[in-house]
Amino acid sequence: MLSVLGSFPLFLTVLIALFLTGVSLPEQFVPYWPDWIVLVLIYWGMAYPGRVSVFSGWLLGLLVDVMHGSLLGQNALALTLISYTVNVLHLRMRMSPLLQQSFFIMFLVAVHLGITAWIRGMTGVFVVTPMYWMPAIISGVIWPVLFVMLRDVRRSGMTR
Amino acid sequence: MSKPLSRMSTAPPVTLRVLILVAASIALMLVDNRTQQLEKLRTGLHTLVYPVIFLSTIPGNLFHSFSESLQERSTLQEENERLKQENLYYKSRFEKLYALEADNERLKRLLGQSDDIAEQVLLAELVEVSLEPYTQQIVLNKGTADNVYIGQPVINGEGVIGQVVHTSYAQSIVTLLTDPDSAVPVMVMRNGLRGVMRGTGVRDRLSLPYLTPNADILVGDLLISSGMGGRFPTGYPVASITAIERNPSLEFLHIEATPVARLDHGREVLLIWPGEEEMTSKVPAVEEQGQEAMAIPEAEEGQ
Repeated sequence: MLSVLGSFPLFLTVLIALFLTGVSLPEQFVPYWPDWIVLVLIYWGMAYPGRVSVFSGWLLGLLVDVMHGSLLGQNALALTLISYTVNVLHLRMRMSPLLQQSFFIMFLVAVHLGITAWIRGMTGVFVVTPMYWMPAIISGVIWPVLFVMLRDVRRSGMTR
Repeated sequence: MSKPLSRMSTAPPVTLRVLILVAASIALMLVDNRTQQLEKLRTGLHTLVYPVIFLSTIPGNLFHSFSESLQERSTLQEENERLKQENLYYKSRFEKLYALEADNERLKRLLGQSDDIAEQVLLAELVEVSLEPYTQQIVLNKGTADNVYIGQPVINGEGVIGQVVHTSYAQSIVTLLTDPDSAVPVMVMRNGLRGVMRGTGVRDRLSLPYLTPNADILVGDLLISSGMGGRFPTGYPVASITAIERNPSLEFLHIEATPVARLDHGREVLLIWPGEEEMTSKVPAVEEQGQEAMAIPEAEEGQ
């Protein structure tokens, strides 16, 4: 079982991810900003699949919706599906090398962006430019670094 | 590996849970898209994550104040001088406006019209620009604590900016004119021709649909809010026409316009409460907010 100490890094990193999601950037940097929420969700979903799973994804998505003022349920739906995928494949993901993980991360972030664009297209007018997919690539590129950082954070918080 | 298994036995299997959550998300989206019923939930959750939101606005504010403090003294003095002159000019105009407004009021009363053109205003500061990437929204630092309501018009010194779409205790989200979801009833100032100004999602571009080819409209015409629909008070500048395409094969004109207010400039905007207060109470309200608003020029004067 996880101790209280063990879950502290988890909450802290999720809060930091929410913070980074909310930071307002100059417009030209927006496409190069990684999808922090998805990255952190995937990491903890891989590390603690019994603890961080579909409900965590849904709740986080709901918070992102509120922060962004977007349609309630939009990010919740996308993050639920992403955390479900991670939950099912977590053993295989753990075994695969970091480079391969990176490509999978790109795919999952693209799923997030795709679902968001799809819903926004259905409820209003939304034009997808090639730059719209940039966060997927950036997220995949920084994944190895983030993975090592989060692993250290997780280990430092463990009691055993 | 015993941990996930033991959890599995108590909680429903993950496939079932994901189905329930997907259904819940879709239900939320449907309700949120059609009604205003989820605003309470939204406000509650927003208050819950407000500490994080507050922290995330700090870097932007720091950057802003940093770049402001880097401005040279001469630039500030020039700006100060310009603002003083502008202030003087507007003061003289404003005094004239008082008389005109009183005149207008009297004439309207003579004609038996009762609509009140006096409004209460409140100065708000921009906290953040464009929350979700590729949306035309801004966040203001005033919320339900200051009686900000959903649908409230937002203007700046130049014209209409947009309207409030979500509120929480200390913040509110404003959809700009250029957002595809935005629609403002307008009329051509020259002849009173009415229409609805829609956003296109493209920066600085608006469209005015559903005008027939025989409509009397010209490039350069100023569009002001018409007051139809009861949300926007009458007479604020909204947009000016930049292009009119007359295609005989189409039933309507293709009209493009650009907002009068520069939507991406400045950090201060005004929230208006249309027709709530009489003329007399309008002035103190402005002055009260003025102290907060004028803090910056005063600081500059002090140098």
